[in-house]
Amino acid sequence: MDWDAFKLSLQLALYTVLLLLPLAILTARWMVTLTARRKAVIEAMLTIPLILPPTVMGFFLLVTMSESQLPGRIWRALFDQTLVFSFEGLLLASIIVNIPFAVQPALRALESIGNDLREAAETCGMSRWHAFKRIELPLAWPGILTGAVLTFAHTLGEFGVVLMVGGNIPGETRTISIAIYDQVQSFDNRSAAIMAAILLAISVLAISITFLLTRKPYVRIRA
Amino acid sequence: MSGSGHKQSSSVGIEVAIRLVEPVSLDVDFAARAGELVALVGPSGGGKSTILRAIAGFEKPVIGRIAVGGQPWFDSERGIFVPPRQRRVGMVFQSYALFPHLSALQNVVEAISARPEADKIELANEYLARVNLKGLGNRHPAQMSGGQRQRVAVARAIAREPDALLLDEPFSAVDKVTRIRLQRELVELRSHLSVPIVLVTHDIEEAARLADRIAVLHEGRILQMATHDQLSRAPVDSSVARLVGIRNIFSGRITEVVHDRQLLNLQWGNSLLEAPYRDGLSAGQAVTWCIPSDGIVVHRRDRPSRGEHENPVFGVVDEVFQFGQTTELTLKVEDPDAHPLHCSVPTHVAARNEIVAGADLGVSLKADMIHIMG
Repeated sequence: MDWDAFKLSLQLALYTVLLLLPLAILTARWMVTLTARRKAVIEAMLTIPLILPPTVMGFFLLVTMSESQLPGRIWRALFDQTLVFSFEGLLLASIIVNIPFAVQPALRALESIGNDLREAAETCGMSRWHAFKRIELPLAWPGILTGAVLTFAHTLGEFGVVLMVGGNIPGETRTISIAIYDQVQSFDNRSAAIMAAILLAISVLAISITFLLTRKPYVRIRA
Repeated sequence: MSGSGHKQSSSVGIEVAIRLVEPVSLDVDFAARAGELVALVGPSGGGKSTILRAIAGFEKPVIGRIAVGGQPWFDSERGIFVPPRQRRVGMVFQSYALFPHLSALQNVVEAISARPEADKIELANEYLARVNLKGLGNRHPAQMSGGQRQRVAVARAIAREPDALLLDEPFSAVDKVTRIRLQRELVELRSHLSVPIVLVTHDIEEAARLADRIAVLHEGRILQMATHDQLSRAPVDSSVARLVGIRNIFSGRITEVVHDRQLLNLQWGNSLLEAPYRDGLSAGQAVTWCIPSDGIVVHRRDRPSRGEHENPVFGVVDEVFQFGQTTELTLKVEDPDAHPLHCSVPTHVAARNEIVAGADLGVSLKADMIHIMG
């Protein structure tokens, strides 16, 4: 049992959720205001990470983050270290790969809030921020939470992108999925089975929590 | 307050003179005094709700002016557009648009402007008491009946301390018994409010019960704005006449203007009718005229009585519909080109006079109830 890999995966998933979620909520909120056509274009672009094979996605990220490219050089100039094959690089890649998992449910949830409620908030004199905090966020919460759980679970299980961008450095970029792969390669099926079981348990738990928490806390009334 | 039309200073009330192209074509100009309730009535799609949305600031007119209490909320000439959240407007949405995750009390609290939280809660409880929801503040909208939700929406609207109250079909989503109770409550509530109220409804009877004046809207224009009484006595055209429930709308011709007796002679089919004098009409002119069904008196069939000499018209009863206490009937008059006359009589009168389909019947058209629309 590779506890380092386990811990690293949890850290990666947690940081990904914490950093991605606010961005996803703001992006989704912005998208609600767009015309149908513009929204479709943006949505299509944000869905690319879901469509591309993880290895292809990982390859693009690896090239972009390497020091032959601008993003990699900027990172080097700022922090004096390489972005690829580091935990930070892995986190950045993980955030990008998970954009559709976090944005889509938040967007659907925000869209389902009737325009009459936004208008009612305005006639109540609420500021934009207050209306968002007090009305939209609580109403969209189940969707946002679903996005968070999906992102968390997906990060734990990500393999292709992690291997391409992070490599397989113990304690730095070797996540639980890669550890499982390693153990199968070295015929240690017992360890692989234990870790696979843990991943399975976490996934089931995560999905159950989502379903529990997203049970309709209120009933939307349509007159 | 009654709705007789003396001019009021612009420091109170609401003035609306706007033109829109999107989402519907609209060109309206009307005002409501403080404390006055003006109903916008007309078929759906006529732009009634759009007018409310423009007043609230959710639609921006192409051109025009909206002023409340003399302060412009919108003025295309001066480039003024006050955003919705800065307009002090109380709005009851057709869907009520209550915040479903908040209690009734919190819904009302959200509309109360800057005060310490404790004061807000105290005030919100007072507003809920005013709409007869005392003690129900902790309920969520889903736990309330349709009538209770509507009351929360009203409480939230007045909690905004609005300069104008806008009601968008506020009674359309409840059953009839509740509707009548809510309408009574609105009348009661109004007596404590001194802001102009604009009510949108498709129901002319609702407008008649609640409004001081009614603006009849058709295809984005106000055809007529008057009290319900004025609308039913003197509709400007056949659209208004139909809307207020007048079914006897006919064409005819002026044959003579009798100035000294202040009346007109009106040829209608084979009948010559006397009608009240009206300026601007001359002999020979083709006109459209109408008469409400209560302006038609059915003659007794057993023996003649007084009043039968006033505009008598004879014909054959065509259809008879009994609606409980009243019986409505159509009379085919002698002239084959004329449309049938619609009249109504108490059911017991219809029975006593043996009014059945096929019976001969005479009626009198009360001269002062005939209205020539031009």
